[in-house]
Amino acid sequence: MKLNVNGRDHEIEVEPEMPLLWVLRDELSILGPKFGCGIAQCGACTVFLDGEPVRSCSVTVGEISGAVTTIEGLMPDGRMHPVQQAWLDEQVAQCGYCQAGQIMTAVALLEAIPNPTDEDIDNAMSGNLCRCGTYPRIRAAIRRAASANAGA
Amino acid sequence: MGTLGKIARRTFLIGTGLVAGGLAVGYYYYHRPYPNPLEGELEDGEVTFNPYVKISPDNTITLVAPRAEMGQGVSTTLAALVAEELDVRLDQVIVEHGPAGHAYANTTMLEEGVPFPHFDESTIAELMRSGMAVAGKFLGLQGTGGSTSIVDGYYKMRQAGAAAREVMKLAAAKRLGVEPGTLWTADGAITDPASGKIFTYGELAAEAAALAPPSEIRLREKADWKILGKPQKRIDMRAKVTGAPIFGIDVRLPEMLFATLRMNPYRGGPIVGLEASAAEKMRGVVKVIRLETSIANGFAVIADNTWRAFQAADAVQAEWGKGAYPPDDAGIFDALDEALKSGEASYGRDDGNVERAFADAPRERIVEAEYRVPYLAHATMEPMNATARLKDGRLDIWAPNQMPTLVRQLAAKAVGIETENCFVHTTYLGGGFGRRGDVDYAIYAALVAKETDGRPVQVTWTREEDTQQDMYRPAAVGRFRARLGDDGLPVAVDMRIAAPSIIASILPRYFPSLSPVGPDKSITDGSANQPYVIANYRVGGVKAPVAIPVGFWRSVGNSFNGFFHEGFLDEIAVAGKLDPLDMRRKLMAAYPTAVNVVDKVAAMSRWGETLPAGTAKGFAFTLSFGTWVAQVVQVTDVGGRVRIEKVWCAADPGQVMDPAIFEAQMMSGIVYGLSSAIGEEITFADGAVQQSNFHDYGPMRMFQCPQIEVGLLETAHRMGGAGEPGTPPAIAALANAVHALTGKRIRSMPLSKEVEFV
Repeated sequence: MKLNVNGRDHEIEVEPEMPLLWVLRDELSILGPKFGCGIAQCGACTVFLDGEPVRSCSVTVGEISGAVTTIEGLMPDGRMHPVQQAWLDEQVAQCGYCQAGQIMTAVALLEAIPNPTDEDIDNAMSGNLCRCGTYPRIRAAIRRAASANAGA
Repeated sequence: MGTLGKIARRTFLIGTGLVAGGLAVGYYYYHRPYPNPLEGELEDGEVTFNPYVKISPDNTITLVAPRAEMGQGVSTTLAALVAEELDVRLDQVIVEHGPAGHAYANTTMLEEGVPFPHFDESTIAELMRSGMAVAGKFLGLQGTGGSTSIVDGYYKMRQAGAAAREVMKLAAAKRLGVEPGTLWTADGAITDPASGKIFTYGELAAEAAALAPPSEIRLREKADWKILGKPQKRIDMRAKVTGAPIFGIDVRLPEMLFATLRMNPYRGGPIVGLEASAAEKMRGVVKVIRLETSIANGFAVIADNTWRAFQAADAVQAEWGKGAYPPDDAGIFDALDEALKSGEASYGRDDGNVERAFADAPRERIVEAEYRVPYLAHATMEPMNATARLKDGRLDIWAPNQMPTLVRQLAAKAVGIETENCFVHTTYLGGGFGRRGDVDYAIYAALVAKETDGRPVQVTWTREEDTQQDMYRPAAVGRFRARLGDDGLPVAVDMRIAAPSIIASILPRYFPSLSPVGPDKSITDGSANQPYVIANYRVGGVKAPVAIPVGFWRSVGNSFNGFFHEGFLDEIAVAGKLDPLDMRRKLMAAYPTAVNVVDKVAAMSRWGETLPAGTAKGFAFTLSFGTWVAQVVQVTDVGGRVRIEKVWCAADPGQVMDPAIFEAQMMSGIVYGLSSAIGEEITFADGAVQQSNFHDYGPMRMFQCPQIEVGLLETAHRMGGAGEPGTPPAIAALANAVHALTGKRIRSMPLSKEVEFV
């Protein structure tokens, strides 16, 4: 079976019903997407499938035909994505475990809605759990990235 | 106890000398019972000066921050303590957790376990604290907990930086033939202003490491600090926004296998039968093994992929024996109520004469209430996991954990090797909150590694297992009464609280031969040790004998006592027709630090201003882990449902080492507390936990999260912690706000059983 991740083709030999998350983590050692719940409740495993955010714990590798982007694919030239930069500037992360998923969801939000309202942010981000209580700083970082967008 | 007493007397003088003078008097010489753990693991050419500093010839400077980084920013602030005195910038050093070692004992963690309130500075309280500190050193427990890391590191890590800096100056002075006092240090280099010569620390390190530091080094005055007291960029932030593989679950080793486990859902029960032949035939499965320990009994599936291990675990047929506790919540709370009614209480506080005060109290002057809280899970975002390799008599454990020396000792014991042949690699933690102060996951991984012929194996728990095999925050019940005076203020408060004892649960898990005796002060922490002056004031705790495993959950006993004490005081204020904030201010008038945070939060939140209809505020105060915290929560009515709009928090830990990180910890603690209050609950039915994942154990999500504003004060004269003190008052302030909004006094958690939150 072929799988394209972050622009690279991989040949994999697994059961088609294996969730994408475990192909990435245990077969390909692509470790940015995290295991949190296994039932699409926490968002820690969020990746893009043809540009759309999906919970990789709940998509089987057999159903995938398109290209996968993980957080490792956000900075192909080694430069931080503006959303990552905003996270850095606002010093968002605490334990950091959920943040790869938070950032992926925020990137998708800002691509769909470049200047989101508070309600847009709440709607887009409420599928991503954080136990450290970084929500206020996540909001601030999304606003910062949005205004950087507007300024650019 | 005799030994402890003797040690306490001996060190009292040492302790006072250190604290009063702030001098490093030959610090590393008489504090040398344990070797420098860095000696054994230096890179080529690298030298170490003490357990906290390594420098290599190319001027790579490595600082050891030997506390679990679980999000609280401790690695940054501990490194800052060393860097401040060493004269290096945080962006020019590497910060590591370092190996497990008794040299990294957390003595403050035990010190704060003494049965005296934080504000008690009597000789006996201080004597007990220094005695416990020495006991801590003696036990050599390296641990992260009790919000103690910065307090514990405050002197010793600055001294470590200063001692290394001074020997570096001595080495440069020798080379140049000048007095060391004439040299300048900055940014990891030494300048001789007379000749203009500059040496990097790396150039001098080998010579310097051979020199003894001066016997007296004066630590810098606060006014001269360049790094401490100012917000720093966290040293772990870049890794965390780029998805770097820094967590336990990200460990990857050559030839590594993947495993998972299933333990008996009837906690503590035995394995009756196990049928694994179908599972063992499944793709990628290596084998299924039994795990039988003093913690729990169950099985592990070893495979070549975590998901395959999960699938095979589902296919194992297990028959489980029952646990030794009531099978459902009704029975569990009956046991708690029975303990509350007739158990033997230990009084953490007994001022005046409470019995007499109530004996002649007129009925209309009495306020009575009963409160209760459920068991709670920690629900760290990174499920429990550990990776182990047992090869040629050496055990390596990679684990996100809060207790490395305990992991080392118990994992070694589990596989039958000597402690010194076990090596613990503490990774970043995807959340801790006290859960990783237990070490069950590491012991299980060690046992699994016994079965893999020297291959490393990563044991990852499913979220279901993480939820159902947690060491829970204990359930608790309380019965309270107060007698009001003519002015509405309480003249007597009597509180009786029953909960399972945490220490009585933990000890038999790891040290089955030890039996815990005596009271457990965590049962009344947050009620018995608050800075209120009430003429007749009694707080008793009863250990309830319910054998469900319990552990340390962010703020421990304060997490329920904050709600009990401050919820009940709010009821007293309402009954006495007093403003709840103003009443606290009066009752705490003898403690200026408490009054300061109350006044600060009142100003921040504009307490007392007229609010629009459908909006209300609640107040609470808790002194915990040495930090004085007052909070106001504002709620609004949204069509009969409640929205938590805003939280204001004023905190005084005496000294703040990093205001941005401290503020983040307050926010974090608040969200953790509110999250529990709006919907977290672990319940039992038929002997097992009913919740299993985030769909039925639901932490707070973004749309429910209020705005949070934090104000910091530095007026307390003893230093307090950051990780936990934000949690207790948030829970109570929310309950009080809900009462102010709806008129409903909710005395049990979670509040969502009676109101809906949006």
